Amino acid sequence: MTTAVLFDNVSRHFGAVRAVDRVNLSITEGEFFAMLGPSGSGKTTCLRLMAGFEQPSAGHIEIFGETAEGVPPYRRSVNTVFQDYALFPHLSILDNVAYGLMVKGIGREERRKAAGDALAMVKLPGYGARRPGQLSGGQRQRVALARALVNKPKVLLLDEPLGALDLKLREQMQEELKSLQKSLGITFVFVTHDQGEALSMADRIAVFNEGRIQQLGRPEDVYNRPKTRFVADFVGSSNVLSSKLCQKLGLTASYASLRPEAVAIAPASDGALSLSGTVAGRSFLGATNRIVVDVEGSRIAVASPAAQAVPEIGSPVTLSFATRDLHPMEDA
Amino acid sequence: MRSEKTNRAPLGLKIAAAAGLAFMHLPILLIFLYAFTTEEKTYQFPPPGLTTQWFAVAWNRPDVWAALTLSVKVAAIATAAALVLGTLCAAAVSQTRFFGRETVSLLVILPIALPGIITGIALRSAFSMADIPFSFWTIVLGHATFCIVVVYNNAVARFRRISGSLIEASLDLGADGFQTFRYVILPNIGTALLAGGMLAFALSFDEVIVTTFTAGQQSTLPIWMLEELIRPRQRPVTNVVAMIVVIVTFLPILGAYYLTRDGDQIAGAGK
Repeated sequence: MTTAVLFDNVSRHFGAVRAVDRVNLSITEGEFFAMLGPSGSGKTTCLRLMAGFEQPSAGHIEIFGETAEGVPPYRRSVNTVFQDYALFPHLSILDNVAYGLMVKGIGREERRKAAGDALAMVKLPGYGARRPGQLSGGQRQRVALARALVNKPKVLLLDEPLGALDLKLREQMQEELKSLQKSLGITFVFVTHDQGEALSMADRIAVFNEGRIQQLGRPEDVYNRPKTRFVADFVGSSNVLSSKLCQKLGLTASYASLRPEAVAIAPASDGALSLSGTVAGRSFLGATNRIVVDVEGSRIAVASPAAQAVPEIGSPVTLSFATRDLHPMEDA
Repeated sequence: MRSEKTNRAPLGLKIAAAAGLAFMHLPILLIFLYAFTTEEKTYQFPPPGLTTQWFAVAWNRPDVWAALTLSVKVAAIATAAALVLGTLCAAAVSQTRFFGRETVSLLVILPIALPGIITGIALRSAFSMADIPFSFWTIVLGHATFCIVVVYNNAVARFRRISGSLIEASLDLGADGFQTFRYVILPNIGTALLAGGMLAFALSFDEVIVTTFTAGQQSTLPIWMLEELIRPRQRPVTNVVAMIVVIVTFLPILGAYYLTRDGDQIAGAGK
């Protein structure tokens, strides 16, 4: 398998701020790769390093085996879908999409045909004559996608492309992006702060915090076995068991994560671990009830099936869970 | 009925407004009127008779043509220099961050805020200290100081409305710096530059104060007119020239107004 993008100990400092701090990653050709993290975590700077808008302060970047440092954006075989779409307001939609081909010197007829095909691919055939200002947000997003893909990039970079869309449109675009990526076979690198988006779309996820990758892996692994407290907290809503509770359960690690849906309110059966506490709160979430239990000062959330009876607030309960659902974490 | 009435201005205000406008514009009409008078020494009212002979007289006077061509040349060269320098300066101030950026932006605008006489004296003493003889080029330099401001102000406002990601998008799509300027930046700032250039041309064309301090033996058109008013000979020729000046400066300013009025639709679309 070919490596599409390689980061070897890459750092990018802005004055004293370490926006990207010694990041290592390797993205495989044809992969849908998500970079997930809160704002200011360095994920967008990593994307800009790939696009060539930023240069690394230290470290080495390769794109398809070629050194990327010092190569300007216009000589890289990557294209970007910008967060604000950045469509050229003075050009028609067709000329926007054909722009990359135009500056490469491809003939008028040929590039108009290619741009028309690209617009058809993103389901906007016949929109070529309009101006960006006459399109809705979702349509502009598709134009931005067509404008990048018409250049046949080896890697497509997407900077929070769905951030400005409403929920329904966002879910629809998620599916379309995913199927587009599968049919084109192009490597997609996707920046998002929405963990649900990353989990549902990506083949692999890199979780960023404070310029570093906290965890890199398949969505199931990141979700079920968070390596750090930050990942446990940011990706979904795992319970983080304090060192006191870990000791009590006989763990050597100082912290452990526990998914709310892995906990049952029931006496422990053979081989299961248990903790006792009192119910501190409860809320109805549709398919489940979320019950918060106070265990020796720490709060543990339980996702209990809606069919099950909900204990009263203040009543004592026993929590049980399997040893394999308890994941020890690094102290970070 | 009531709402219509509240929208109507009181009579007193209307009269005051009309009087104000008349006070500003009637003198200009008088200038036009005296271009056609038969009396050549004094401006007596009403004119004893009307004639168009002064247009022919003005056409045949070599000093009018010398002054006019000098003014057009100065204005054209000062505007051209201002377009290049003003645009570059606006690009630097609006698209990048550097030490002293705010200071530079203030210093560029300063010449237009300073009284012309200060600029004039300052330039004159600077030229004589540097032993630069007063010539056509010293006039151009003097005019360029305030022409740059006009271009800069127009360009910087437009530059600020171009989202930075537009330029990045162009680079990302394979356009180098020159292509990005040609296909993305220029179309977005073009009308602002045209408007700024027209204003700069008009300003230079009727400038008197800085010119008096920086000119050598040459007379630009406004200077020539001042000299003519002192000598009572073929006075209406001055009025004919004044009409031409009004037309030459008014048309570009009108053009600039219409070009920048719709600026929002040009640069801000889709944002």
